[in-house]
Amino acid sequence: MFTCKEYRKVETLEEAWQLNQKKSNLLIGGMLWVKMGHRNVQTVIDLTGLELNKIEENEQEFQIGCMTTLRQMEEHEGLNSYTNGAIRESIRHIVGVQFRNGATVGGSIFGRFGFSDILTMLLAMDSFVELYKGGLIPLNEFVNRRRDRDILVRIIIRKTPGTFAYHSARNARTDFPTLAAAVSYYNEAWHVSIGARPGRAMLLTVKEESTNAEKSREEFAKSLGEYTAEHIPVGTNLRGSAAYRRQLIKVLVKRACLEASPE
Amino acid sequence: MQLTLNLNGTPLHEEIAPDTLLLDFLRAHGCKSVKRGCETSNCGLCTVFLDGRPILSCSFLAARADGHEVTTLEGLQEEAREFAAFIADQGAEQCGFCNPGFVMNALALFRENPDPDEEEIKEYLAGNLCRCSGYEGQLRGICSFLKWKKQGGRP
Repeated sequence: MFTCKEYRKVETLEEAWQLNQKKSNLLIGGMLWVKMGHRNVQTVIDLTGLELNKIEENEQEFQIGCMTTLRQMEEHEGLNSYTNGAIRESIRHIVGVQFRNGATVGGSIFGRFGFSDILTMLLAMDSFVELYKGGLIPLNEFVNRRRDRDILVRIIIRKTPGTFAYHSARNARTDFPTLAAAVSYYNEAWHVSIGARPGRAMLLTVKEESTNAEKSREEFAKSLGEYTAEHIPVGTNLRGSAAYRRQLIKVLVKRACLEASPE
Repeated sequence: MQLTLNLNGTPLHEEIAPDTLLLDFLRAHGCKSVKRGCETSNCGLCTVFLDGRPILSCSFLAARADGHEVTTLEGLQEEAREFAAFIADQGAEQCGFCNPGFVMNALALFRENPDPDEEEIKEYLAGNLCRCSGYEGQLRGICSFLKWKKQGGRP
């Protein structure tokens, strides 16, 4: 059960940051995950009054406020046209529409959950997190940082020209993924992100020269799957064994690579 | 703390505990259609609309609904009765416990997408669990309701 003694809808990020320095206080996103634990919190810090629930788009990038819901991202035309629907594909399997209308991208990314579909997807993109005190850092660096008491304000996705695809395997619809794979091609390199390993998502970048250019698309996709299975560590949990996950990597990465192959 | 919201068209202004969940607030205000099923944000039984969008009231602080409009099945009786008759016609449900949340989310689907295909229906309603049925009856009920709507509400 989750309890709190005080609820504070903050008026500035500084107010939120000050409150968040106290360990007994808690900054909440959609609160879906928090509510499932057992916590007695002094003050719940709510950012809903800061207009951070928007996706702004210009010619260079998308700026996604931390309180933007997963459903807003799933339905966003600009994001889906840039990723050829991969963003939608990475979100639409998460529980249900009602859940996705509550869950926030800030909560999902700051939590760096192993099961996170959206973290897996964004890792394969040219993305950054904007931290209130820590500034702008690449998502791939943030993902491996220890959790601190800074505030994730926005996610920035640069519109680097590229192609994207997302595939996941689930034991049952709406369950956490047994394995998630996002594959993209930009800046003349393949980016393969694997989530639900079951640990937090990891990124592998493969320059095209390191693979045989003579290979057909099909052969290349197969070899990228095999290469990923060799280089990204996986483990066992109740959803699947490490051996099963290695097989899933080969299949999902191959499919996603074929889908994301430039014409 | 003070909470001001509009519940099913009625403005409310009340003192609440800061950790009151929207679900408990609504049930305390007579909205017994809103139920706690799974406690893990998965079953959809507690679905209500916040400014017209379906959310899980079991995972939502009542404080966050301040200044917003909340709609439960109690506030959608006419719309719900019209649709639920098609579910009943199929004998789709056994215990009926999941019905209010399911009806709420189906109504949300029809508002967002008045002419969904089967895949769109399944995807939108994936977050509403029913432990008695295999969802086939509900799907048939939805399809006949949509057909009836298309024909202008005639048999």
